[in-house]
Amino acid sequence: MGISAPPPDARLVLVGREGSRRIVTAVSRPAETAGLRVGMPLTKAHALLPDILTMPADPAADAAALERLALWALQHYAPIVAPDPPDGLVIDTTGADHLHGGETRMLGGIVNRLSASGIFARAAIADTRGAAYAAARFLADPVCVVPDGAAGEAVARLPLAGLRIPPETVTGLHVLGFSTIGDVLAVPRAPLVLRFGALLGRRLDQVLGTVSEPVDPLRDPELATVRKVFGEPIGAPETIARYTAGLVHDLCKVLERRGLGARRLDLLFHRVDNSLQAIRIGTARAVRDEKRLARLICDRIETIDPGFGIEIMELTATLAEPLALQQAATSLIEEETADLAGLVDVIANRIGARRLYRIAPVESDVPERSVRRIAPLAPDDGATWQGRWPRPARLLARPEPIEVMALLPDQPPAFFIWRGVRRHVKCADGPERIFGEWWKRDVELAAVRDYFQVEDMEGERFWLFRSGDEEQATSGIGRWFLHGVFA
Amino acid sequence: MSASAHAVVADLRDRIRQFDGRALRDRAVLPFGVPEIDERLPGGGLALASLHEVCGGGNDAVESAAAMLFAAGIAARTGGQVLWCLTRPDLFAPALAQAGLAPGRVLYVEASDEKSLLLCFEEGLRHGGLGAVVAEVARLSMTASRRLQLAAEAGGTLGIALRRFRHRREVGTFLLPTAAVTRWQVSVAPSVPLPVPGVGRARWRLELTRCRAGEAAEFEVEASDAEGRIAFSSRLADRSPAAGHGHFSASA
Repeated sequence: MGISAPPPDARLVLVGREGSRRIVTAVSRPAETAGLRVGMPLTKAHALLPDILTMPADPAADAAALERLALWALQHYAPIVAPDPPDGLVIDTTGADHLHGGETRMLGGIVNRLSASGIFARAAIADTRGAAYAAARFLADPVCVVPDGAAGEAVARLPLAGLRIPPETVTGLHVLGFSTIGDVLAVPRAPLVLRFGALLGRRLDQVLGTVSEPVDPLRDPELATVRKVFGEPIGAPETIARYTAGLVHDLCKVLERRGLGARRLDLLFHRVDNSLQAIRIGTARAVRDEKRLARLICDRIETIDPGFGIEIMELTATLAEPLALQQAATSLIEEETADLAGLVDVIANRIGARRLYRIAPVESDVPERSVRRIAPLAPDDGATWQGRWPRPARLLARPEPIEVMALLPDQPPAFFIWRGVRRHVKCADGPERIFGEWWKRDVELAAVRDYFQVEDMEGERFWLFRSGDEEQATSGIGRWFLHGVFA
Repeated sequence: MSASAHAVVADLRDRIRQFDGRALRDRAVLPFGVPEIDERLPGGGLALASLHEVCGGGNDAVESAAAMLFAAGIAARTGGQVLWCLTRPDLFAPALAQAGLAPGRVLYVEASDEKSLLLCFEEGLRHGGLGAVVAEVARLSMTASRRLQLAAEAGGTLGIALRRFRHRREVGTFLLPTAAVTRWQVSVAPSVPLPVPGVGRARWRLELTRCRAGEAAEFEVEASDAEGRIAFSSRLADRSPAAGHGHFSASA
């Protein structure tokens, strides 16, 4: 809607038609706190609050927006994503979470990124789609990971609406005295199915995972996709690898015609039992090199369980970027530098892109703040740490308190006890005074650390500091810490 | 063995090497620039396309800080990009920069377990575009080290397995043989007192405990400087050559 969008604090309701009645189909958060509810007639809403802002509901546009959101999730999180109208997304996270730092971090990331763009989202991961549906909508926690095998317990106390059954069935069950999913699970199935139909039984089985529920993955016609349908199902890893190479070859041809390079590839396997398996690989730069892409995918074939056989393989360039032809540098003009992009991709796809990094200097005297992680292929600007003071090879994550005997105020300790071992100081360098960064926190305004490099009788070297200058109490507590170990 | 038998054996070795196709690469070495050490190593330096082991000895067994700087010095002198695989992120990058390894040259991989660490290690060695690959590993079996050695030969990359132990007791397991070409044990030694207050250049006791086609030896050296070069201990270097040689306690 752009600039004509209503402000976020407006009491906005969307109005749809049900027969000849005009009813409220969606309410904004301020309108909800004021007492408006989805499903009430518009006349009643007007009677409650005369100054509400109404707009016509547009289900087609909503569905299109949900599809765009699903596409975003597809490109960022997992290879199998489907919109779940009217207001949900289904993501098959199998094998995708480790690239995003684990399940909880991935879910938190999704919810945070959505809320940054103004969408209040709730998310849950569970063994089954049915359990995740109920947990995401009815648990108090907006981000929830249901442990393996605990789907039944997790949803037992949730309301019946979490079962994805028609509202009439919910009402009917309420009349019979059922209020939670656990109540329904506890009684014999047959009389309920006789009364409410087979759907109820199927939904219950889908929650528990005794019946499989395939996800129909979203596919965007604009994405470059190639398919291979097999007359006879295949299963051997070598066969999969051979056809993968063929698919990559075809896809690279398509990408070449469009002038694109792949950043993310999804290979979907449709199994004969109607379930899906997927491999997703990512690259740090746009790539159209058949060998490299095939290698990245074939590295992960071992994660695929072919079951009774695979009948369709489908390769999609989920994320592609323009990639123009480039003249290769020759050794006549400049020295050849090794291209690490291939190595970076192989490692990042195995253990996660977050675990591969370079360390860049930060202009800070505080040791633990003087480093930051940057992307592995970030251009090298030649920056390095300034200052001639030696720095320890190992820096402890938290400085450890030590007991010392020292002459004040500017002398290094004569001996110190660290981890139960008493060490006599033979010689020392220091103090190197490091001031707190007052622009970060108020308490650092006067904070001071005096660092000493000390060597003990054996030749081991340590990095000690005294917190505070021993003159003003605000500068520190005057205790000694060990912060690092030199060679 | 008679002279003719020697010639036959040498000829056979030559031919086996040619089958392997590594005759040329094997000869490329990285000298330390310290004649006393280089003359002890076959080929006059560390073989480039092979796996080397470095571990902290004595007090340095757990932190292996000296061993790390020794490895960093070697990696810095290869001149190329360096892949550094680790499991515990307690490495302080400014210290690497002070050992001659500028931040722009090091790519870090933080593996979650030893298995994926070895995998990344091997991948880096096989790539062939890197100057050196350093991995901080605790356990290194014969099989794993053999794989790594083959990967290093295939990629022509210098590999350094930097052994890190959780506890000083674990050092015993270190004595198990591996396929690495050399094994270095680095322990710290007291520095030479300066005439003024302060700490002098660190000194290491460098034990070459295993060396394929060479003999074990022991050196006292001064720690890596800003370009990653170690120096022969000045105290020993100043002695007369005869007295200096007495300090090599070679043992097989």
